[in-house]
Order: sequence, then structure tokens, then C-alpha cells
Amino acid sequence: MDRMPGWADAVLVPLISLLLAAILSALVILAIGENPIDALQLMVEGTLMRSAGWGYMLYYATNFMFTGLAVAVAFHARLFNIGGEGQAMIGGLGVALVCLYIPFPHWTLALLGATAGAIVFGAAWALIPAYLQAKRGSHIVITTIMFNFIAAALLNYVLVNLLKPVGAMDPASATFPATTHLPSFQDMFATADTPLFRGSPANVSFFLALAACVVVWLLIWRTRLGYEIRSQGFSESAAKYAGISPVRVIVIAMLISGGLAGMMAINTTQGEAERLILNMTEGAGFIGIAVALMGRNHPFGIFLAAMLFGFLYQGGAELALWTNIPRELITVIQALVILFTGALDNMVRMPLERVFLGLRRRDAR
Amino acid sequence: MDFLTLIQVLDSTVRLATPLLLACLAGLFSERSGIIDIGLEGKMLAAAFFSAAIAYVSGSVWMGLLAGIAASMAFSFIHGLASITFRGNQLISGVALNFLASGVTVLIAQDWFGQGGRTPSLLAGGRFEPITLPFAEALRDVPVLGPLYYELISGHTILVYVAFLMVPLTWWVLFQTRFGLRLRAVGEAPEAVDTAGVSVVGLRFAAIVIAGVLCGLAGSYLSTGLQAGFVREMTAGRGYIALAALIFAKWRPWYALWACLLFGLLQAVALRYQNIDLGAFVIPVQVMDALPYILTVVILAGFVGRAIPPRAGGEPYVKER
Repeated sequence: MDRMPGWADAVLVPLISLLLAAILSALVILAIGENPIDALQLMVEGTLMRSAGWGYMLYYATNFMFTGLAVAVAFHARLFNIGGEGQAMIGGLGVALVCLYIPFPHWTLALLGATAGAIVFGAAWALIPAYLQAKRGSHIVITTIMFNFIAAALLNYVLVNLLKPVGAMDPASATFPATTHLPSFQDMFATADTPLFRGSPANVSFFLALAACVVVWLLIWRTRLGYEIRSQGFSESAAKYAGISPVRVIVIAMLISGGLAGMMAINTTQGEAERLILNMTEGAGFIGIAVALMGRNHPFGIFLAAMLFGFLYQGGAELALWTNIPRELITVIQALVILFTGALDNMVRMPLERVFLGLRRRDAR
Repeated sequence: MDFLTLIQVLDSTVRLATPLLLACLAGLFSERSGIIDIGLEGKMLAAAFFSAAIAYVSGSVWMGLLAGIAASMAFSFIHGLASITFRGNQLISGVALNFLASGVTVLIAQDWFGQGGRTPSLLAGGRFEPITLPFAEALRDVPVLGPLYYELISGHTILVYVAFLMVPLTWWVLFQTRFGLRLRAVGEAPEAVDTAGVSVVGLRFAAIVIAGVLCGLAGSYLSTGLQAGFVREMTAGRGYIALAALIFAKWRPWYALWACLLFGLLQAVALRYQNIDLGAFVIPVQVMDALPYILTVVILAGFVGRAIPPRAGGEPYVKER
């Protein structure tokens, strides 16, 4: 077989791609007259050396796990869902409606209700693009991009015209009732003597994200549906021949994807802001693409990639605070990661394959 | 609505349709050759920044224009490297380039000018001035035709006229020249083009270079024609609207003109009226914002005529061995 070993494909290629992205990012920092080593040190100190930094990092990572899983599930069916951003926005609407209009006695019930709201609304927003792709062959990438913009306009309309409390200025809903408050890490882990995670937004939905990773792993590799999704991804004609309906698989995979993207709203809307705000997604829907690509569409990889991006996000905020490096540096890093792990994959893979083939030939001799 | 208001709305439509049209034609060349380009937005943004920045530093808008085109072409080249040379995923490459532009422009703007990710306002000489066509002043007072000529047709910057001239030029290049025939062929059946002994890679690179130039013009117009300077995210989704217009136009140049004018009109109306009161009910401004995207989805769904993209679009060409 003219192929390189599995471990090299799964670990070495993404690592080298990541390294290339890191080197270019360092060059960018150098170009704007800052020291990359100092910058990294500042990021590590601001994120990993204090518990509030961890609190922010895990908060961001929660978002990225949900959106990364959303992109990955669709990728397994060979669908590129760029609509995570829009699905998360509408998921946020679901969370807000549930939290505002259903009187919950306790946060555990509120969490269940909000999860259901997020999944139903997020999935519903993915339904039309999924249906159009499955039935009418409209390209899912284009339709989901369009649905992102439509979602933004819809959210804007709902907030300004319907949900905004009378007399309020900023386009945001009323604050949710206190019983829907999710315990933050500070509530859970800080005691009077050890003030851990002070003021940081990480909350119980982090564990929900971890659970989602496990569930997605089970779904993709341990269930019949997961098998069907992967078959569809490998070869639609083969899957069809095996009696798997492409329409059904495309729609279900996109519904799961939309539901997962919607779930990130639990973290930002119910967990952090405790009201629905206009910019509730914070671009996390798009970062899901980078996270899924880097994590090789595997939940464990996605967990690691989400943590890395959580670190970059919090570290980027520290840099913006203490140096002249704007937060947009993180957007550049994100772009480079997507470019190298997604689009320029072959640039790393081809030479690496050649190296491995060369080694094998020498062994054979 | 009186006549003068109508003229003003149409005038604003022409202005707002110009960047859409240039970007849409860029996408047309690229996608006709089989390279899907969702990085139009990023290329425009990069061009907008470098045009404004260089025009400010050098004081010459023409230097700015060149810099904008160069920046856009650099992005095109990365896209070509990823999607043609290394046969990567064209969609992912486009997404990456959009993020790269969005980050890099603010990063460099902050480093060079320190004004929170924008360029200083451009003074005269640093931006394109409106051109008054011959006899416009003289004919101004002629009823109906006078204002039409003076307000609507005359008084735009050079790039507006260039954009509109690009439509027949694009049609001519694509449908009347050998190069155009080959370019369209490479987007439908690259294996046939390859068999005929014409370089698939060469043609596709040529197409994305043209796309780079057109996106450069579009971005440059945004920051040196439509507005006087660069602000962060100033493309504001225009690249995606251009993409929508391209689908709406079914990948044809003349249809692209009408699609872009329609979407430009929607933007102009949304800009001028906010919420539209029709007496019985009010159309909120958000509906106008979302309408281009909704229309595109309807077209994509195939309910109003079918939009069939070039057959080989999005697939890297691998020569059989």
C-alpha cells in the first residue's frame, strides 16, 4: 500500500500544519514590531497561570466544542455546514424564549428546557438548507451562508421590535429570571478561603459540551445512524446501493449539526449574558470550522482544538489589554489554521508521504 | 415619491451596485473556470484597505488602486495555490482567506495608523472624484432628461463607468474569444480541455488572476470612491451578496448586471427609508437587508427557473495516470 501509517496521518499532518500556522503568526507579530516570545509568555500567564484565565478559556472552549462538533457531524456526511453562526443565533432565540416565558422552579429544569429550545431552534434553522440540498441539489455551502445573513436580520428584528423591553436602548431582551441562572465555576468551586474562577464566565454548560463530545463519538462510531452518515460521506453511490437513503441521511446529519450549533447558545445566552444580545455568537460559529478541521472531525481532537482556541481567545484578550497587538491577531491565526489544516493539507501531506515511502523502500531493500 | 427622489434613489443604486457588479464578474470568471470563490469578500476587503492606505501615504489614488489590485491578486494567488496546485478544498480556502483579510487589515491598519483599525480620511487626490460628463451642466435644466442625465448618468467616479463597461467586455471575452471558450470549457469538462492539449492549470490561474483584478477594483472603489477611507469590515457582506447575485444571474454577464442593480436598489432603499410604511403594514428594514439572501435561496431552490452551476465547479482536476 502506498500510504503512510495512520498515526502520521492523524497526528503528524495536523501538528506540522499547526506549526506552520504558528510560525507565520510569529512572523506577523514580529512584523508589527512586537516580540512573539514575550507575546506567548503573556498569553500563558494571563490564561493558564490564574484560575480566572482558565475560567475564560473554558468558557470559550465550551462554545468551540459545540460549534466544532456541529461542523464535524456534517463533514462526516461530506456536507460543509458554514451555517453554524446562524444556527447558533436562532438557537439563542430558542434559549431566550424558553428562559423568558416558562417559569422554571430550578436551574436544572431550566437547563433541560433551554437545551431543548436550543436544539429545536438550531436544528430548524438547518432544516431548509438540508432539505434543499437533499431534494433539489442546492449547494449547502451557499444556502447556509445565505441563512447566516437571514438569521442575523431575523435576530435583529426580533430583538428590536419584539423582545426589547419598553424604554430600553440597546437591542437586547429582558434579563432572564433568577431561577434560570446556571451555576458558574465560581459558584461551584470557589470557597470563602480560595476564591477560584472569580468573575469568569465558565459555567456548568462546559460539562454539557464534554457530554456532547462523548455522545457524538458514540453516534458516529457506535450506532447504525453514524455508520450511515459515514457511508454517505465516503461514497453516496455506494451508500445508496446499500439501501441508505441520501435524503434521509443528509437531513438528519444537518439537523444534528444545527442542533449542536444551537447548543452553544446555552453557554453564551443562559450561562453568561443571562439575556439575549445581538452579538451572542461572538463568531464562534465560524471558529467551529477551524476547530473541526484541526480536530480531524474526531470528538477528542475537537476537544483539544477547542481548548487551544479557547486559550488563543483568552490570550488574545490579554495581548490586546497589555500590548499594541489588537485582538484581530486571533482572527489571523484562525485563518492560518483553517488554511493550513484545511485547504493546504496536501502541501504538508505530499512531501510527508514521500518521506514515509522513501523510508519504507529502504527497509524493504 | 416625486421624480427627483426617484432619481436620487436610482443614483444611489448605481453607486451601491458598482462594487457588487465588479465582485460578481470576478466570481463569474473564477467559477466559469471551475474554481468556486467564496473569498470574494476577503479579496475586496484586502483591496479596500491597501487602496486607502497607499492612497493616503502616497497622496495618489492611482497608486492606491494599484496597491489594492496587488493585494487582491496576492489573495487570489493563495487561493490558486491551495485549490489548483495543491488540489485542496476550494470552499475551505475561501473561508480562510475571508478571515485572513478580516484580521490582517485591522492588524496592519492599527500598526500603521493607530486609529483603531481604520485609515485616516482621504483628502482630495487620495480618492476618486466624480466625473461630470460633457453637456451635463448645460442640459441640467431640460425637463425629465436633464436631471436623468445630470444626476443618474453623469457625476460618478471613473470606477463606476469601468464596472459597467466590464459587463459587455466580460460577455465578449467569455463568449466571443477562443480564450473565453476554453475558459468555459475548463469549468465544464476539464478532461476534454486537457485532451485537446490546453493547460487546465494555466487557464484556471488566468481566470483567478482576472478575478483578482476585478475584486481589486471593487475593493478600491469602496474605500476611495464610495467612501473616503477604510474602516474595519467595510465590505459588510458585499462579497456574499455578489456571490448571491452570481447565482441569481445563473453565471451569465448580462444577467449579473441586472441582478447587481436589483440588489443595489434593495440596499439603496434600505439605506434611505429604514422602515417602509405601506399603510396596511410596515416592511421593517431587516426585511430589505435579508431580501437578497432570501431571493437567492428561492432561486437556488429551483422554484423560479433553475440555476445550474458550471459542472466541474469545486472539483480539483487530477490528470489520469
